[in-house]
Amino acid sequence: MIHKTLETRQVGRRELMAMFGAGVVAAMGVGMTPRDAMADAKSVTDAMMKVVGDNKPATGKIKLDLPQIAENGNTVPIAVEVDSPMSDADHVKALHLWADKNPRPEVASFRFSPASGKAKVSTRVRLSKTQNIVAVAEMSDGKFYMAKSEIKVTIGGCGG
Amino acid sequence: MAKTKARVKVPKSIKKGEVFQVKTLISHKMETGQRKNKKTGKKISRMIINKLVCQYNGKEVFASDWHPAISANPYMAFYVKADASGSLDFTWTDDEGKSVKKSAKITVAG
Amino acid sequence: MGKFHLGSLLAAGAILAVGFSTQANAEGKHGMYANGEIRSGYTYLTPQSKAIQNDDFQNPGMIWVDDGATLYEAVDGKAGKSCKACHGKAEVAMKGVATTYPKYDEDTKKIKNIEAQVNRCRTKHMQAKPWKYESGQLLAMTVFIRHQSRGMPMNVSVDGPAVPFFQKGEKFYKQRRGALDMACSNCHIDNAGKNARANLLSQGQTNGFPTYRLKWQKVGSTHRRFRGCNKQVRATPYKYASDEYMNLELYVAWRGRGLPVETPAVRN
Repeated sequence: MIHKTLETRQVGRRELMAMFGAGVVAAMGVGMTPRDAMADAKSVTDAMMKVVGDNKPATGKIKLDLPQIAENGNTVPIAVEVDSPMSDADHVKALHLWADKNPRPEVASFRFSPASGKAKVSTRVRLSKTQNIVAVAEMSDGKFYMAKSEIKVTIGGCGG
Repeated sequence: MAKTKARVKVPKSIKKGEVFQVKTLISHKMETGQRKNKKTGKKISRMIINKLVCQYNGKEVFASDWHPAISANPYMAFYVKADASGSLDFTWTDDEGKSVKKSAKITVAG
Repeated sequence: MGKFHLGSLLAAGAILAVGFSTQANAEGKHGMYANGEIRSGYTYLTPQSKAIQNDDFQNPGMIWVDDGATLYEAVDGKAGKSCKACHGKAEVAMKGVATTYPKYDEDTKKIKNIEAQVNRCRTKHMQAKPWKYESGQLLAMTVFIRHQSRGMPMNVSVDGPAVPFFQKGEKFYKQRRGALDMACSNCHIDNAGKNARANLLSQGQTNGFPTYRLKWQKVGSTHRRFRGCNKQVRATPYKYASDEYMNLELYVAWRGRGLPVETPAVRN
């Protein structure tokens, strides 16, 4: 029984790693070694595993609104919205954000309730380089959804 | 900027059942713990606001955990469904457990 | 005859109006953020950064406005006065003030900016200690005062006694300096609108200062920006509140004549 649980977890991890495949390839393109990229992907994967457990997140439902190119990595405006009626029977319980190439991948987590009315958040984040923003939503029926979007970060701001 | 200052914006009057946006802004350096002091070379220890909770007439309607990736002088906007007149109470908490509170009145018509 | 005269005047007015609107259309996409060829730094921002400035509840610079409002009413110094005790309501007393600063000062026979005038008030009238340049308090007060003129066109005086200082400011602006041997004008006149690596060069206008700069993650003064530019061309920067930067601030303010005060603006 214990053995089976462990195995399921490993499959889950492999599947998640597969989802980050595109990010790894992109990172190689901009001069990252595959090993660094793998390490980064793994740390987001670890963070995500803690949230989703044995579940495999589906794509869809989440709209990530962020600029294609950040004017300055210190302050990147971002909005995330999860499509949901936000009723007692069917609502978004939580939403998590990660940035896969930051020194630490965690960005923020949000808790909603039917009293929120709408599962949408706008904020501003720090991004150290070009990378993926990953969002995972946890629904009241126990399902998970995820979305991923790449954002280019140039080292901006002339002068001191 | 000795004292942390918070700003919140909610609509003055709203209909029951309507979903409205809440905007919040608070002054804070959000020291990541990754920076080094240029003169001494020592790491500057992490000091951020790690939590924002919003209660509506005493009941939590929105909560969030923040990490150092949240920008300095954090801005956050979210939504609340109008239920009854009363107050929205905001609490920001930092790494030392100190908190800043702010309240806004809500008038629900109809 | 009189009627005819009036008619032709109206017609001339209409032609003038057409002339103006054509010109306005040529620059029209920048709206109030441009005066002919003179363009605010706002016009060089990405739509996302513009959105931060457009909304006072997203603009972090508004925190400094709030702080300044508190300081304006706070009693400080041996005289037991606040700014408000002498000046009255800031919305009235400080409206339009920023459009004329920096200006020639009779007492010192030099150019003074708002920061210098605030500290003059503090030491002379309030008998309080001057605030350190670039301190949170001096920035907040300067932001608050300039904010009272938001939307009003910059209109500094460069005639009369200001002439020699204006000329020094212009000379500084066009003087090559530093290991890179570059003048302010090389970037901000010759190459404005072009990229220096990933940076889009602006005209270097100061109408939005002190500004919330994304790079700084806080509000900073024109003199901090001047120091940054000077360092960027590998020149030794001048001190905050130095005569050199006061003269330069006057010249740059004149370059931005007609642009609206935007303090606290948001810049990259």
